[in-house]
Amino acid sequence: MSETVLPPIGMLAELTHRCPLQCAYCSNPLELLKANREMATEGWLSLFDQAADLGVLQIHLSGGEPTLRPDLETLVRRLSDRGVYTNLITAGVGIREGRIDDLVQAGLDHVQISFQGALATTTEKIGNYRDAHFKKIETAGKVRAAGLPLTINAPIHRHNIDEIPAFIELALKLDAERLEIANVQYAGWALLNRNSLMPDRASVERQVNVVQEAQERLHGILAIDFVTPDYFAIYPKPCMGGWARDAFMVAPDGTVLPCHAAGTIPGLVFERFGEKSLADIWHASPAFNAFRGTDWMAEPCRTCDRKEIDWGGCRCQAMAIAGNAAATDPACIKSPFHARMAGLIEEATISGQDAFHYRRIGSGVTNHAHNAAETVES
Amino acid sequence: MMTPQRQRILLSHRSTPALKPHVRLQYDKVRQAWALLSPEKVFWPDDVSLDILRLCDGTHSVTQILEELSMQYDAPIEEITADVETFLQDWSDRSLVAL
Repeated sequence: MSETVLPPIGMLAELTHRCPLQCAYCSNPLELLKANREMATEGWLSLFDQAADLGVLQIHLSGGEPTLRPDLETLVRRLSDRGVYTNLITAGVGIREGRIDDLVQAGLDHVQISFQGALATTTEKIGNYRDAHFKKIETAGKVRAAGLPLTINAPIHRHNIDEIPAFIELALKLDAERLEIANVQYAGWALLNRNSLMPDRASVERQVNVVQEAQERLHGILAIDFVTPDYFAIYPKPCMGGWARDAFMVAPDGTVLPCHAAGTIPGLVFERFGEKSLADIWHASPAFNAFRGTDWMAEPCRTCDRKEIDWGGCRCQAMAIAGNAAATDPACIKSPFHARMAGLIEEATISGQDAFHYRRIGSGVTNHAHNAAETVES
Repeated sequence: MMTPQRQRILLSHRSTPALKPHVRLQYDKVRQAWALLSPEKVFWPDDVSLDILRLCDGTHSVTQILEELSMQYDAPIEEITADVETFLQDWSDRSLVAL
């Protein structure tokens, strides 16, 4: 490896796969881990110490639903003591009275709450959880009352793409600092549910106009981050800011991965914290080095002047759609497989599918094989 | 639907800029550089930005910040005013500095 490995800045800690919601667009793997596979408190504390030593400055506490971990305050306290910025990524339901204040006391810096819809009926349907919308609004109120900055995350797909103006109103009403309009990335459960989630081209075009108008109108009032939909793109995103470049994630059992879906790439072996130190994994793991920097790239990336802008895009999307993790992300117009993206949009539109495989522990495994077969054919 | 209650805050010379709560300037020993930590983003301010940010303590008015920087950089106030004002407005718009 000729590339210089810099220290990581960010870490996504998926503390648990357990979640009260069952969103069909979830980025977690289909094979969800049960509670008995989760790393214990001591393991996470030791991992956080090593992360801080290695140079990690921000940790996103996620899941599943991270507040299902009764030790969350202890974990936040350690990170705060080490000067690491903590971001809680929560569904905002089922959080007991006083918990947000306890987390603030422990040193929590910021909260991100997901809203599955801007309307109560949509939020309830997508998450398959009664009264979810009102509970989320209540949690958002507690976050702001405790003086913490709030981000609203809106994962966008066919069933809520027309609610974007209402999402913007909701974010303002909840006194959020930021709104993420995040088009679903088709990995994990979202890939399994792709035909039921993919929006049509006209809706995506309308969405772009609505978001751009709101970004200008609300400049200095509400920051709107727009995660554009890959399947409608011309160029890929710099997925994770580049493979193993400045961020990584950790699964509930302590497996350290360059991104959410990296486990879908055959041939890569991911190491678990505890069996190896974090520094060892970050610097020397063959899986981390597999797509680091630009040396691994083939054409058209190798000679592309965007190669250090998008770092070849998403390896997992290359695997899922081009059938080769080392290929250019098919979201790129220069990829020989770029037309497949349009084909998959078309396929979703004519499929007539609208029902979800809801995200539940144990229900994704048989569907996985089915979906993999479909992807190879397409 | 409701209209936005919040308004964009515009800089005036009476403003006393301060880093927003939960935005913090912190020395990173690993990289030996000052990092500005904020919700979901890390910034690496250059030396000039750092000198401005250090004066964003909620007690210095914009006028006092300009006077202080003018001394530090031995530059006439009128030469630095536009740059400093643009910087502070921009950082306010990005929710990093309260005016």
